[in-house]
Amino acid sequence: MSKSFSRKPGSARPAWLNIVLAVLGLAVFNGAFSLLGLWKSNWILAISVNFVLIVLVLEWLSSYIPVRRLSAYERILAFGFPVIMLAAWELLVRGGVLNPTWFPPPSRVMKALWELATEYDRFNKTSLLGRPWLIPQMYSQQGWAGVKALFGESHLWVTLMRIFSGFVAGSIPGLIVGVAMGYSRTIRCMLDPVISALYVIPKITILPLMMLIFTPFGETYKIVTVAISAFFVVLINAMAGVREIEPIYIEAARNYGATGVQLFRHVVLPAAVPMIFAGLRLALGTALIVIVAIEFVRAKSGVGYITWYYWEVLNPPKMYAGLIVIMILGIVLTYGLMAFEGVVMPWRRRREQRQVLDVPEG
Amino acid sequence: MTIANAKKIVAEGLTKIFPSPRGQVVALKGFSLEVEDGEFVCIVGPSGCGKSTFLRILAGLEPPTCGRCSIFPSPDSPPGKPLNNVVFQEYAIFPWKTVRDNVAFGLQMRGVSKKERLEIASEWIRRVGLTDFADCYPHELSGGMKQRVSIARAFANDPEVLLMDEPLAALDAQTRAVMQGELLRIWESDRKTVVYITHSIEEAVLLGDRVVLMTARPGTNKASFRVPFSRPRDLRLTGTAEFAQLNYRIWEALQTEVLKTMEARLA
Repeated sequence: MSKSFSRKPGSARPAWLNIVLAVLGLAVFNGAFSLLGLWKSNWILAISVNFVLIVLVLEWLSSYIPVRRLSAYERILAFGFPVIMLAAWELLVRGGVLNPTWFPPPSRVMKALWELATEYDRFNKTSLLGRPWLIPQMYSQQGWAGVKALFGESHLWVTLMRIFSGFVAGSIPGLIVGVAMGYSRTIRCMLDPVISALYVIPKITILPLMMLIFTPFGETYKIVTVAISAFFVVLINAMAGVREIEPIYIEAARNYGATGVQLFRHVVLPAAVPMIFAGLRLALGTALIVIVAIEFVRAKSGVGYITWYYWEVLNPPKMYAGLIVIMILGIVLTYGLMAFEGVVMPWRRRREQRQVLDVPEG
Repeated sequence: MTIANAKKIVAEGLTKIFPSPRGQVVALKGFSLEVEDGEFVCIVGPSGCGKSTFLRILAGLEPPTCGRCSIFPSPDSPPGKPLNNVVFQEYAIFPWKTVRDNVAFGLQMRGVSKKERLEIASEWIRRVGLTDFADCYPHELSGGMKQRVSIARAFANDPEVLLMDEPLAALDAQTRAVMQGELLRIWESDRKTVVYITHSIEEAVLLGDRVVLMTARPGTNKASFRVPFSRPRDLRLTGTAEFAQLNYRIWEALQTEVLKTMEARLA
């Protein structure tokens, strides 16, 4: 007899019965595990069994979902699972299975996040968001200078500015050199070995060198390090983008009278722009990694700094809160760039409705 | 020599040799062609015979190894009128431009004012039946519609001669038949000089005033057939006995070359 996972008429059990059995299994398993007090020593096993049973229930359940509702069902799974995960985390800590010192429950982390967002560090004269609720008051007292001072004390704003300045300062030259290398075989032959050799250096390792060149104080050396990391990623993608243009487009453009600047503006640039944006997305991710690493070791402000600081003073909930801030920053930056892509490349908008969020490793 | 019989294209002894790692490939060997003003010439040959290479040389996309070819502008042509424009087999319309901007591309490159070029583009978009799609991007169009855009782009630029490189080859048989009819209708409106590359004898006989046969590689002149059918033509022509007879006569001449190509492949 052939084994099949598809529902055949007359197959052994209908899916609803499977669901009932699996739900019963969940109840029996968790009940027995709790009664016998096995959670503490075997929590990884227990979580795994629960996960598998829940997956089975949802899988069988999907056969009862009408096709037109399937995408809604999948969206519920996508949003529901993180919620279940957080709930499980909360329960495991409250039940005394996980150590709350290293794994503060989500409720505690949220509380820490709220504290972090609202408190003001009198000693360092910093706050996470720059206390935006004080903006009207400061504006009436000191004008724009007061508002600027508020922004200046914000860890989030400081990090954002470092990323932004470094990203812009690195991407523009990267774009120019990359396009030139894609355009000209001579330039490519000359620069390619150097670029390839420098590209493989983990960018954070040039930090000491930058501190040497630009003095280890102030913002310059941080921004330059970020800029250099962005430069190479953008360069390589821009070069590839220009090189991989279909020759037929260039031929057609020439045949219809395009030369020089026209050819570049109407054909080369738009043809290469998808690859260029892939490079910019990677560069933004790299910039975030590099700036957080720099803030860990060298800064007295920034989201990397607060995360590190709360490790040093052993305040795990706020450490987690710092991580969440960095995560949100990454998401906002990536989506911001993707929205910008839609403006620059309207011809890709309707084709690529589903886009994968590029998350660089680090 | 009268104006009506003015030579529009003269190509003499065109030879093209491509260097390759395994020696030289002779794609074209002493091919010659003369085309009169307003003539629709179809070039047919077995695949790989160098007919596309000839068109690329004519379009100035590729230099000939030896031989010469020229396109002569009409004496009454305005200055700045382009000599040739190509309709490519792969359409080669720009995915980042809307249908309207694609059709207006040549005019834009020539510096025609925005108002004027959009007017001309709209007119040609109307003639190829894409008015409702003028603001679409190419990825939203079917293959047949993309080729309409490509054809409109060439006609809108109003060159001295139109060069078409198997423009309908990538389409399915039914769409191709429709497009052949459309092409006849569009061409009829201003009877531009056309050099049309195809591997379909039927298509060549339906569209052309003259069918020029090429030999297997290295491609050179094999034979030339005048197509006597009166214009304006339409697809009804394909149902007549005369059409079928001419088709078969051309096929008889081409057959040996096709067999040669196949043998060369097997060897």
